[in-house]
Amino acid sequence: MNIVICIKQVSKLIIESTINTIDSRMCRVNRETAKLILNPFDKYVIEESVRIKEKMGGKVTAITMGPYKSESILRKAISKGVDEAFLISDIAFKGSDALATSYVLSCAIKHIRRDYDIIICGTQSLDGDTGQVGPSIAEMLDIPHISYVSKIESIDIDKKTIKVIRKMEDGYDIIRSSIPVLLTVVKGINTPRMTSFKSNMISKKAKVKILNAFDINADIKKIGLRGSPTKVAKLLTISYSYDIISKKSTEEETCDQIIDILIRRLFNMKII
Amino acid sequence: MSSEVKVFYNKCVENSFCENKSDLSKSSCSVKNKNQINNKILYKGILVYAEQRHGKLANIVYELLNNGRKLADELNTTLSTILIGYYDDENDIKIKSQELINNGADKVYVCNNPVLFEFQDDSYTNILVQLIIREKPEIVLISATNIGRSFAPRIASRIYTGLAADCILLKIDSETRNLQQIRPVLDGKIMATILTPDNRPQISTVRSNIFNKIKTKKERKGEIFYFNTNPKLLKSRTETLGFIKNVDDEKTIKIEDADVVVAGGKGVGESKGFELIKELAKILGGVVAASKAAVDANWISSMYQIGQTGRTISPKIYIACGISGQIQHNVGMASSDIIISINKDHTCPMMQIATYALKGDMYEIIPKIIKKIKLYKKT
Repeated sequence: MNIVICIKQVSKLIIESTINTIDSRMCRVNRETAKLILNPFDKYVIEESVRIKEKMGGKVTAITMGPYKSESILRKAISKGVDEAFLISDIAFKGSDALATSYVLSCAIKHIRRDYDIIICGTQSLDGDTGQVGPSIAEMLDIPHISYVSKIESIDIDKKTIKVIRKMEDGYDIIRSSIPVLLTVVKGINTPRMTSFKSNMISKKAKVKILNAFDINADIKKIGLRGSPTKVAKLLTISYSYDIISKKSTEEETCDQIIDILIRRLFNMKII
Repeated sequence: MSSEVKVFYNKCVENSFCENKSDLSKSSCSVKNKNQINNKILYKGILVYAEQRHGKLANIVYELLNNGRKLADELNTTLSTILIGYYDDENDIKIKSQELINNGADKVYVCNNPVLFEFQDDSYTNILVQLIIREKPEIVLISATNIGRSFAPRIASRIYTGLAADCILLKIDSETRNLQQIRPVLDGKIMATILTPDNRPQISTVRSNIFNKIKTKKERKGEIFYFNTNPKLLKSRTETLGFIKNVDDEKTIKIEDADVVVAGGKGVGESKGFELIKELAKILGGVVAASKAAVDANWISSMYQIGQTGRTISPKIYIACGISGQIQHNVGMASSDIIISINKDHTCPMMQIATYALKGDMYEIIPKIIKKIKLYKKT
């Protein structure tokens, strides 16, 4: 069973630093001044892939697209049991939107592991939060996908099928799909393991391969700002302003009086 | 149904230009729109995806239609909608279609087939892509539900156009006809305006409870088009084997659909405190919700979380118990009709935006409210 996981390094901002961290002229987030972490949704991706490998045998390949710094999340993945890791990095990727990013990752997967069985992504990233990249990669690779997977029920190697539980707003769907397939797994599908000192040492020595746009055979017209149909026109830091006209309780009114007014209103609204 | 609805049995979808050239279910078809930049002008009208699940139209459809209607009027163009699913009663389709028309649609496309009863990414994508290629809408609005978020990226990738996810506000630039798609990014700390200037259609998934969702009963006139797609396009590589409904009784009422929501935050202090919140919700016929702080503290499941990383709601009444009202929380509920805040700290943001601000300990105030409601009900 060959498993490919796509993970991401994200910038975590604290409100105070937000303004400095945004390059408003370029409408891009300046990652230089932000704190970089593994996308919190992706730790479940790593764990789930390693669990499948431990149960079914095979190999887990982790891929990330980003600057050289992103290497650290790949090492983290290796420390948790991932077998090999690739960093897809090129200045030409700068400014890629969800579509261009999906294109790059699909090119990388085709180049690195054409014989994949299962691709796993997180449902979304903390920063961009588009939730598009998983399904989009599946489309570009022409394979099915199942989003919001909350449990992998069974994998049938002979029949090449997989049965999963998909989390929906009103309940859970039981879905069967053919393999190869792409899954996006929800936060909380498993409990990610802790790493040992030994595995941390191994991951420090592990080799992370770096590939650029040329290596993965990506069409230069479909990457970066040029390959991105969506453009960010404006970025606004949110302030505490609402269009709500609020009736302030006056100082004289005690809590009990407000409750009385409130209950009358609830009655008028036919709530009680 | 008293209205004069014209019904067309339409076969042209069968021979849309794309299918003649290649099989739509193959992604080789995806990068065909090389001339799209020049052909922008060919794209007219707005298309809304009328999401249904287990036969029932999603509430967000009415919001999308209301908002789509406004955009269509601004652009002086038409609003279409597509209903994909399976109804064995022809009359059911007519009633649903008329409801869509009454709420703003000029045209309703219906794709009705037993294999479409359950949502599958493959078949639903095939159908919507086919309609987009044939009808060339300039804007496509899809619900930012689990269904919409799952298949909208496939549609955008196959057509090779831009998709702005989880939008909370849509505006038209009348000069360029570009749609300004406003969405929160970076954990809700920043609002980004996204444009798809050179590609058409502009696709957005839209979060629920952002726009007006008033259902109208006023009769409008519109057209209904049925189409039978190529059986090849109805095939899916996934299949639904079953469905497990949420059993917890609070979950059977979707938080998004509730009129009254009672939410607890950090100030609740312990998981037991949610029993009190549940009691208040019950007496008001409402549901329980929570802030991220309460979920992070493991007092309640993340199913109940309101805010940037949780659900967006706009109930008639929102009661915030011990919630200070951080921006990440407030974007999820700020459009509630009436906000009632119970908090010890009267300076916190929630107390500032509240319609009724009750300063004090929730463990004293809530029992008081419950007692008074019971008394009021008796008299």
